[in-house]
Amino acid sequence: MTVDHRQNHLEAIRAGLSVVVSPLQYLANLPAQAANWASESLATHTRLVDENRTLKQKQLLLEAKLQKFDALESENARLRELMHSPKKVAERMLIGELLAVDLDPFKRTVLLNKGRRDGVYEGQPLLDARGVMGQVIHTSSWTSTAMLITDPSHAIPVQINRNGLRAIALGTGGADVLEVPHIPNNADVHEGDLLVTSGLGQRFPPGYPVAWIKRVEKDLSAPYARITAEPTADLEKIREVLLVWLRSEEEAQ
Amino acid sequence: MTRLIHHNGGWAIWVSFGAALVLTMLPLPHWAELYRPEWAAMVLIYWCMALPARVGVATAWSLGLLLDVVRGSLLGQYALALTLIAWVTSQLHQRLRVYPLWQQALVVLMLVAMEQMLVLWVKGIIGEPPESWLYWMPALTSMLLWPWIFLVLRDVRRKFRVS
Repeated sequence: MTVDHRQNHLEAIRAGLSVVVSPLQYLANLPAQAANWASESLATHTRLVDENRTLKQKQLLLEAKLQKFDALESENARLRELMHSPKKVAERMLIGELLAVDLDPFKRTVLLNKGRRDGVYEGQPLLDARGVMGQVIHTSSWTSTAMLITDPSHAIPVQINRNGLRAIALGTGGADVLEVPHIPNNADVHEGDLLVTSGLGQRFPPGYPVAWIKRVEKDLSAPYARITAEPTADLEKIREVLLVWLRSEEEAQ
Repeated sequence: MTRLIHHNGGWAIWVSFGAALVLTMLPLPHWAELYRPEWAAMVLIYWCMALPARVGVATAWSLGLLLDVVRGSLLGQYALALTLIAWVTSQLHQRLRVYPLWQQALVVLMLVAMEQMLVLWVKGIIGEPPESWLYWMPALTSMLLWPWIFLVLRDVRRKFRVS
């Protein structure tokens, strides 16, 4: 146990055992999958048409935004060249699905249906459409376990989008609460500020939204302000997640 | 020469362990997650009681390792706990067998609480202690479900002549 906690030698054994366990995990996922399938195949025609219409509208809006984004990206690259700073790391993405499987109720971990065979590696960042969700902690051939940013043992380096103030957001174990410790009372933090990843620590890609500052309590008798934040990602409801490859392919192998 | 002891139906034991692991990770509504009984421990207690020569500490250890992988916990945490349960149960198996069901259920409460205590120690040492008293609920629900588990597994044992 000590060896597993302190070092990572046992990761191979865990991966081997996971291969035995993953059929069971897929078995446990079956009822949820069946229910999902049933609700999809029994959906009414009108509802599908409605959904289709809203999705098309949404896509149109997003495409319009994307046009601007392309222009901005090329402009950014040009400016970076002018300043002789390195270009941003190219990122590759893959959509993974959560298996409806319960793990330890006192931790915030989830099981994904993508594993080492899809190139998933330990420490890989996990996003959803609205922000950072967490990172992969164990991988096996067909599945991988990820820790959400709300897990009590998770910490993520962030900065405030408005002024670039760096901080660390800690998970609390609560469903939708992050804690931002060690911010002085006189720091420029307000409710409603957006926290984005700072990219320090080299684990998460910089610039992705993490959380909104929800409450700032400035207690002058305490050395630091008490700040709580709410994750932007829909951690409790989402089924699909994005796995991001930050490092180059050779490095990930 | 014939062997004196003939083992039979080992697959039924492993299938029941597999079922226990599936029940361990079957999705439940959020509020019910904390009340999930310790299926693996209960099935293990039954087999250790019924067939102590067959299912013992070694089986418990391998089952515990699988449970660790299922829960994503520290490797060896549940292995240690289940090993202890198996040892205590096989020490007490003759007494347990003659107990009435409600008394057995009380022993199950103690055993599962012991398992959780061990896991709690380990979690405390590595710095992730659960902060709620509801942590102990699985022991209680395991106790309440024990009579049913016992009857079901006894029927399984008789039907498939597991020995």
